[in-house]
Parts: sequence; structure tokens; C-alpha cells
Amino acid sequence: MITFILRRAGSLVLLLTAVSFITFTLFQLGPADPAAAACGQECTPERVAEARVALGMDQPFLVQYADYMRGLFSSRMIGAPGAQSVCEWPCLGKSFQTNENVADIIGRSLPYTLSMAVGALVLWTVSGVGLGLLAALRKGSPTDKFIVGAASVGVSLPIPVTGLFLLLVFVNQLHLLPFTTNEINSPFGPQGPLAWVANYLLPWIALAVLFSASYIRVTRTNMIETFGEDFIRTARAKGLTPRTVTFKHGVRAGITPVVTMLGMDIGLLLGGAVLTEQIFSVPGLGFTAVHAAISGDLPVTLAITMLAAFFVIVANVVVDLAYAAIDPRVRLQ
Amino acid sequence: MTQLHTHPRSDRGTPGPASDAFLEVRDLSVKFPTDDGVVSAVNGMDFSLERGKTLGIVGESGSGKSVTSQALMGLLKGTSAQVTGHALFQGKDLVTLPESAMRRLRGRNIGMIFQDPLSALHPFYTVGHQIAEAYLVHNKATKKQARAAAVDMLGRVGIPSPEQRYDEYPHHFSGGMRQRAMIAMALICEPELLIADEPTTALDVTVQAQILDLMSELQEETNSALILITHDLGVVAEVCDSVLVMYGGQCVESGPVDEIFYDTRHPYTLGLLNSMPTLNSPASRLNPIPGQPPSLLDLPKGCIFSARCDYADLAGDGVCASRRPDLVVEDGHGRRCHLSGPQILTIRNSR
Repeated sequence: MITFILRRAGSLVLLLTAVSFITFTLFQLGPADPAAAACGQECTPERVAEARVALGMDQPFLVQYADYMRGLFSSRMIGAPGAQSVCEWPCLGKSFQTNENVADIIGRSLPYTLSMAVGALVLWTVSGVGLGLLAALRKGSPTDKFIVGAASVGVSLPIPVTGLFLLLVFVNQLHLLPFTTNEINSPFGPQGPLAWVANYLLPWIALAVLFSASYIRVTRTNMIETFGEDFIRTARAKGLTPRTVTFKHGVRAGITPVVTMLGMDIGLLLGGAVLTEQIFSVPGLGFTAVHAAISGDLPVTLAITMLAAFFVIVANVVVDLAYAAIDPRVRLQ
Repeated sequence: MTQLHTHPRSDRGTPGPASDAFLEVRDLSVKFPTDDGVVSAVNGMDFSLERGKTLGIVGESGSGKSVTSQALMGLLKGTSAQVTGHALFQGKDLVTLPESAMRRLRGRNIGMIFQDPLSALHPFYTVGHQIAEAYLVHNKATKKQARAAAVDMLGRVGIPSPEQRYDEYPHHFSGGMRQRAMIAMALICEPELLIADEPTTALDVTVQAQILDLMSELQEETNSALILITHDLGVVAEVCDSVLVMYGGQCVESGPVDEIFYDTRHPYTLGLLNSMPTLNSPASRLNPIPGQPPSLLDLPKGCIFSARCDYADLAGDGVCASRRPDLVVEDGHGRRCHLSGPQILTIRNSR
């Protein structure tokens, strides 16, 4: 167990190094000039050069990268010589645009992304696994065909379509829900949990429609396969109740692929649901990352990319641990 | 009042066999509707079984052995399978019994052992837990009592240090030990009828004999009836009291085990016996029955075996191809063949 965690921590470090280096390199190769973007309108070549020094972009590529990475381990100084400021540990750099500490930007965006992810996750897991199981139990029936059909539609609807449709119907026409506001980013805020749910319900549904469709299909396929296993026949031959046969013997064995999917999707979603956040104007990590990338804000883009990679890798470790808990044949080495 | 209960069917004048027998199967048929047509897996099975006795059901793959056993267990309820006929078990018709009542019989009154114990045991639960689970569902008992019963049962089926092995998973067990655990699971509620569906097929030969001995031993202890489904005639000769030979979902010959082996009265059974290698036969090749079993989607109008039968012409008038023979029982020995007794005798002696 300890060996397993240590090995996974090691690969985490290696992967994050690789991800950060690739992002850094891509930025250098890209056409965007952060210095030109940072110096704003009415820019003279002199001011661009000044900005370049202030951002540290006059340094060789590898020096820049090493400087940036050093900030992950200790505080460092940032800025042009003579106008330097302290970047406290953990230093993810300062925004080229606002000079704000990137760690603060992430700290500000993360609650929005978490709010989006948590609700959507619950919604699509419950609906996806529930409907998939129902379809598997009623295989071949009209119920099954309807669910499979709905899943095919759901999986082919792009987020912008569902998102805008939901906004149009529930906010613009029916006035059932408020337009998403930036003031609510936690169920424990002053507005209370109900306002939080109302604020994020539409983005949750938009995400859930897309995700639950594939969960329905994976759950259905795997449960049908599991219900055909010999050990299910044994369970019935013992005289166990249908409920015990279905859930204790069936679902536990057939659910492992769903756990894998769930781990991956949680990781991805925590890195920011880019499209959904755009459409519902939720200033989460995805929203922030897109704006940073467009404006050539390297430190912000880099930090969010690394954070997303971190979440995906950690989610994978959690999946492996969950596997070991579900299936006794899996032993962590 | 009591009589009414003993003979409910005959008193009401409804058609159906008398229910005195421990297990009485009459005209049992199973059909599966598929996209390609109706698969007739079992076509009118008749047999009966007394307590304490062992019936062997033999036949090739696809002859309907397993489907018959699953129909008896009620495992086909809730599927697309159409089960018709009667299977009276201690007066209850297993064919018409609703699933909820059938569920209470399963495991408690009728136990079942499957072919491949690795896939038949749940990989995620300990062996002991799975046995205790079978005990708990039919007995009012605490988990502790169920554990004690399961440990005791594991010991009875010959698993060493059962207290420790209780907490191990199926993948920790060897093939033979797994089948012993399977037997423990099937017998924990001491069912009166045990159905073993090829219980030794997945095991190696030395373990096969141990498992068969164990089953016979436990059967004697509990005086239960055993239906042993197998395609191994050696196994049949060793443990069965009577034998039923199946072909194309029908019983082609049935009777006491000695008669089936030494007074064979059906060409198919003769073919089966002839295909068994013997230690002292000089031939280096096996003698299979030529041809393939018939498609269950489209069974021949006449005798199901006629297409592969070497002697179909002997009966004359093409009767073998045009009319399906009935199962004729004489002195407890039944056969489904148009050939006359003397004709069979001639064929047998010519081999």
C-alpha cells in the first residue's frame, strides 16, 4: 500500500514536470507575444522591451522555466531589476495581465469549478447508472429502447446547444431560474444552499445530459454482461432475493468500468468545464484558462494546465484504490 | 381432508400425473424464441426419481441436459423461455409455481452444483460468506450461527482448516477445493434434491473421483435424491442407480444403470457406448457416431436420431423418417425407437 502510494507520487511528479515543460514550450512556439499584450494600447517598441524584461521574457527559455519551477518550492522575486516584488510560496508566477498572484487567481476560480463539478457529478452518476441499470434489467423492453434512444440523443448534443437551449427555456421564457451569478460559489454562503442549487442547476443539467448518456450505455452493457455470468445463476440457485441478486451480486461486479470512467471524468471536470463555464459565464478554472490563453497570460495558463493534470492523475490513483476496495483480486503492488 | 392434499390433481379430475412420487416429470418441454426461430431445447421429457436415489442424465452437448435442470430449478422463470408440462416435486408443480415460491424452494429444498466452480462462485466475496449467505436466506439465524454452519459444512466437504479458509476468496482455492466449496454451498440447507450439472467436467481426473465420492457420501448422510448431469459414461456407471439418455431434447432410453450398459436397447446409446475407448481395445482410433446433432431450430418430423442412425432402414416403410417414435416403457426400461426388440438384439450382438 505504502509502496503503491510512493510509486504513484513519483509518477505524479514526473508527469507534472512533463506537462509543464510541454505547455511552456508551446507558449514559446506560439505566435502570441505576452509582452505586447501586457503593455496594452499605445505601445512603443521601447515599452514592449521594458515589459519583456518585467515579465522575465528576456531570459533564455530554460532559465525562465527553471525560475518558474523554483517558485513551486520556495518564494521568489518577480519583475524587472529595480522593480521586483515578492511572490510568496507557492509561487505560480504573477499574471502578465493584472500582476496578480496566480495562486490567488486559482483560489478565486476553484470554488466556481467545484460548485459546477460536484452537482453535475451527482446528477449524472445517479441518472446514468440508474437508467443504465434499469435498461439492463428490462433488456429488450420499450423502457430499454427508450432509454438507449435518449442516451444516443444526449451523447450527440453538444454542450453549447443544450446550454443555450436550457437558458432560453428556463431563464428567458419561463423565468423559472435566475441567470447564473458570480456571487454564489458555495452552498455554505450567505444565500444558502437552495440559491446555490438554483444558480448551478442549468449548468449541471447541461453537463449531466452529455455525461450521463455515456454512463447509461456503459452501465447497461456491463450490467447485461454481468447478469449473464455464472455467479449470478449461482446466486439465484441459492434462493437469494431478486434484490440481493441484482445489487449485491450483480451491480458490485458490473460497476467497475463505471468507476474508471467516473475517475477520469472527475479529474477532467475539476480542471475546468471550459465550454459550460463559457456559456453560463461561470468564472471557474476553465473560463479563466481560456481568457488567459487568449491574452497570452503564460503563468495563469500554465498553472491551470498543471492543476488539471494534477487532478486527472490524482483521480486515477483514487480509481486504483477504489478498484482494490471493490475487487479482492486486485492487489496494490 | 388429508387425501385431498395428497391427490389434489386426481380429485379435481384435472389432467396430470399422480403426485405420490418424490419427483415426477411429465412431458416437460422448453422452447426459446429467438430471432432465427423457435429453439426446441427440451421436447417432452418424462422421468421420476425417488428419495435417496441417483439419476444420471447423459447426452452430447446441446442435447438439453442443462436446460432440463434449469427448468427444474425454475431458473428459466423471468426469461423468454417457454416451459410447458409438469414437474411435480413433493406435490408442487415446479413449472407453474410462481417465482417467489420457487425462490424459497431453491437452495432449501433443491440444491444445485454447477460445472465450472471458478465462474460459478462470485469473485468479490469470500467463499465462507457465499456459503453463509445461502444459509441465512433460508434460516432464521444470526450471522455468527451462519458462519458456524458454513465452517462446519466446509469441514464436512473435506476442506482442511475450514475456519481459516472461510475468509479466503475463490481465487485462493484450487479447482477441486472450489468444487467442494460449491457442494458445501448447495448442501448447507440439506436439500432433499440435489442437481449436479457436470460437476466434475472442469476438474482433473484424480480430483473427479474425490468429488464423486464426496457427493455420494453426503447424499447417503442426508438421504437426498441426486440428478447427475454428465456426458461421462464412466461417472454414470460409478454412481448412478438409473440413467436417462438424452438426444435432441428427448429421452431416447432410460432405465436402471446395469440395463443401460449391458442390455442397451437404443441405437444412439449403443453408439455412445461404442465411442468410449477401453483399455484393452486394440484400435488406436475412437469410434464416434458419424454426423452432427440435429438443429434444434428445425427438428426432423420423424425420429430425431434417424439422420445419424445406421439402422433407420431396418424398421421399414421409412417410418423412422416420417413418424416420431413414442417412449415405450417395459419393466422400467424405456426406449424411443421404431426397431423391434429382436432387431436391437441382433444389432447389439453384431458389434
